[in-house]
Amino acid sequence: MNSFITTDELLLIAPEISMVILATLVIILDLVIKNKSILNFVASFGLLVPIALSFNLLDGTSQFAFAGALRVDYFGVFFKIITLFATLITILISEKYSKKFDDYQGEYYALILISASGMMLLASSVEFITIYIALELSALPLAALITFIRIRSSAESGIKFMVLSALSSAILLYGMVLVYGFTGTTYIEDLSQIINRSLINSELTFGGGALLLGVILITCGFAFKISSAPFHMWAPDVYEGAPTPITAFLSVASKAAGFAVILRIVYSSFSNEQIGMDWSVLIATLSAISMTLGNLIAIQQTNIKRLFAYSTIAQAGYIMVGLAALSSLDGGQDNAGPAGILFYLFGYLLTNFAAFTVITLVSINTNSDSISSYSGLLKRSRLLTLIMTISMISLIGLPPSVGFMAKIYIFGSAMDTGLQWLAIFGVLNSVVSAFYYLKIVKIMLIDENENSEKIQLTTNMSLAGLSCVFGIVILGIFPGSIIEVAHRAVESII
Amino acid sequence: MVDQFNWILTIAIFFPIIGGISLLLIPQKEYIKIFAILFGTIEFILCSYIFLFQFTNGIGGPVLVDLNSTWFPTNIFNVQYYLGVDGISAPFVLLTGLLGLISIFASWNLSNDHRIREHFMWLLILQGAVVGVFTSLDFFMFFIFWELELIPMYFLISIWGSGRKHYSAMKFVIFTILGSAFMLVGVLGIYFSTDSFNMIELPEKLATAKLIIPASVLFLLTIIGFAVKLPVFPLHTWLPDAHTDAPTAASVMLAGVLLKMGGYGMLRVSASMFPNELHQFAWILALLGTINIIYGAVITIRQTDLKRLIAYSSVSHMGFVLLGLSAASGAGVSIGITGASMQMFTHGTITGLLFLSIGFIYDRTHTRYIPDLSGLAQNTPFLATGLIIAGLASLGLPATSGFIAEITIFLGAFQTWPIFTTISAFGVVLTAGYVLWMIQRSLFQHKLEKFNTLTDASIGEMFPIIVLVISIIGIGIFPSIISDMFSLGLQPIISNLQAIN
Repeated sequence: MNSFITTDELLLIAPEISMVILATLVIILDLVIKNKSILNFVASFGLLVPIALSFNLLDGTSQFAFAGALRVDYFGVFFKIITLFATLITILISEKYSKKFDDYQGEYYALILISASGMMLLASSVEFITIYIALELSALPLAALITFIRIRSSAESGIKFMVLSALSSAILLYGMVLVYGFTGTTYIEDLSQIINRSLINSELTFGGGALLLGVILITCGFAFKISSAPFHMWAPDVYEGAPTPITAFLSVASKAAGFAVILRIVYSSFSNEQIGMDWSVLIATLSAISMTLGNLIAIQQTNIKRLFAYSTIAQAGYIMVGLAALSSLDGGQDNAGPAGILFYLFGYLLTNFAAFTVITLVSINTNSDSISSYSGLLKRSRLLTLIMTISMISLIGLPPSVGFMAKIYIFGSAMDTGLQWLAIFGVLNSVVSAFYYLKIVKIMLIDENENSEKIQLTTNMSLAGLSCVFGIVILGIFPGSIIEVAHRAVESII
Repeated sequence: MVDQFNWILTIAIFFPIIGGISLLLIPQKEYIKIFAILFGTIEFILCSYIFLFQFTNGIGGPVLVDLNSTWFPTNIFNVQYYLGVDGISAPFVLLTGLLGLISIFASWNLSNDHRIREHFMWLLILQGAVVGVFTSLDFFMFFIFWELELIPMYFLISIWGSGRKHYSAMKFVIFTILGSAFMLVGVLGIYFSTDSFNMIELPEKLATAKLIIPASVLFLLTIIGFAVKLPVFPLHTWLPDAHTDAPTAASVMLAGVLLKMGGYGMLRVSASMFPNELHQFAWILALLGTINIIYGAVITIRQTDLKRLIAYSSVSHMGFVLLGLSAASGAGVSIGITGASMQMFTHGTITGLLFLSIGFIYDRTHTRYIPDLSGLAQNTPFLATGLIIAGLASLGLPATSGFIAEITIFLGAFQTWPIFTTISAFGVVLTAGYVLWMIQRSLFQHKLEKFNTLTDASIGEMFPIIVLVISIIGIGIFPSIISDMFSLGLQPIISNLQAIN
């Protein structure tokens, strides 16, 4: 492989480069321009460039860059697009909210863009050190973003995120070291061959114990990123303290990036039957714990952001069902599990951002994140009530919404690979979740509120909310295209 | 299978849904009711057409098929857009069209200020979803519509209901979702065993396929969903709450057609796809059916709220459906299962009429508490007559449709389960007891001063009552209109079951 950077390689990471340029541009503009509201406009319109560049890469070919550290393929680009959409909507719904930050608006948008570029890089990384760097690139700006509201709870959240993030990175790194020690390579591609060879020749170090430990540690590291139990403790506090748009960004983009890497590692290197089995059992257990815990605790929440934190823990559990359902295990249908993850994540992107559009607006208007401040929302804004209701329906998994289709698809993959118990666990958990999601609907539509002042929507906000709702319903009725795309993406990494 | 499209069924499902949503766009509130009735009438005509088409051109298999296999990438997930009616579903489609229109009339007294647009929107969406359940021949679509019906019902109960409406609405949703959660696992299990969602082909495929879950488990998983809906003891506790607190229109739909989805599912899935398991578990159905009948009837006698009384009587009457199905393991299979289907259809019209008359009476008296009512027959003779006819049909008086259904069920089940059937027959006595006692206490006895100002039914209220009375007595005298069609549709199921016997 060539050790020089070629133009072709630069083109392959053009989306990330353009993100960084955009971030720099926003900071510079912030220094010279008095009218800060233009920053939101620049950041959101500027994002169209990386989006266009990413779509340009979506040609179905897989190319390596930087000595094999990056692999730009359909799968990676799919996740880049998810991240970019998430960033775009985060910026759109930050429009009013960012006024809270007065002089720091430029930094706010720039940090979002830099964090997103890290996530995009993560989606294409196929080498442990690159993965680690990309991960830190995405996490550090987030720690700053979380503390952006200068109040006590926000600072506390930021520190908490920072410390726990560092801790999980350390665990991850230790896992990577163990795997490296066992295999002698940091390239995911090579791992699978080495593991297969040594399994066949039964030349396992410590009977394979070291490798297994490595797998477990890597899983733990990423379980933190996707806020799966038992590494979920940070989520409620951080979600509550962070600026609302950042909470949305954390719950979707950060999670998607985590899943992208896990899928790559699992698929390319641990798809071996024996290791795959260990991996699958581990993930399935975490998944079951995660959804049960998330749903049961969410019921008692009175703060909407905390409720969504627990909801996102539960949702992470559902998504992990697809991870546990590795197709290589029980001769199941081709890649239904991993493709289900991609489908689910896309649906979750739409659903969660629809909900957070409403949460952001309500929190600006009422200065409160308590669930009771949603009472009588119907009288205050019909559009917001509609957006929130459809989002809740999708989160429960009722038709006609993308949540319904994605859930069925992902539980179906579990049934297919012999994880019937996990599928039953999943559907029963959906029943529990119906209780607290419907409670929000009930509060919005039926409860009375003496405050009946109308909530005004800005163009950006209604654009973000309505396009999400539109996506939820359309993909809930015609999910075929996205399922095909997800399958294509998964096929590109095996 | 060739893709084809006759459009009728697709229109029958989506017309009320789109019509309902379009009500939101009508600016003047005075026109909402008129438009709702217009939509309901068109839907009723569509449903009648579907019924008559099956009646005149009925063949063994489904007719009026809408099939499109490009909806999903079928190589990945073999879901088709597949609608059709056969002898089993056509009567239920008619019932849905009829009761849908009647539930719109039942909301005649709803004040214009009381979120009237949404009310009719949810009613119409509900109706479309239920037609979808009865006409879907793809298991996946069946499940979609099955779940879709929840949301309208939740809003209907929790916004326009009375009493502990939020509690009841939530209880209804949680119970139903819990049932359908099990059903979903069953559906997926069936799919991954056979690679097909096609409900017409599934019985054949399941017989030969290598199942990933044992057939008896699949049978139980799917039937739990239907059992919650029917409802079967001990999963029935949502029903009295939901019925009591629901507005009249929702009660009519709930008792009239939503419960029948459970029974329909048992025919379409449990009996048709798992004949061996039905045969094996028939004794449980017979036992639970008997408990439903007797327990339901005993509880009903104790009720003092008119709506709660009718709700518990539904539990009792749905027990007959189970008893009829349990005949599957004996010589009376043909009579028993046809009787069960008949019972579902007639119960739909009878309970619809009961809830309707009680709803109209409640609109006037503002109380449903039986000890507070008395002598209503003198003030509101028309409504009282409606209630009496429905009550008599409910207790199975000859020349009403209730009689035909119950007698066929007893005939079918007696050959297999003589003891259970004998015990159940006492349910009829209990029914007579609670119905006549209820009529006596609320409609007759001395006339009360405070009810002197009550007016009798208006034209808009008379119309649905008359229609339902005609259908009850009409089927009572000419039961073959419905029963022949059911026999035709049930033929494959019955012959499968007979082969096992």
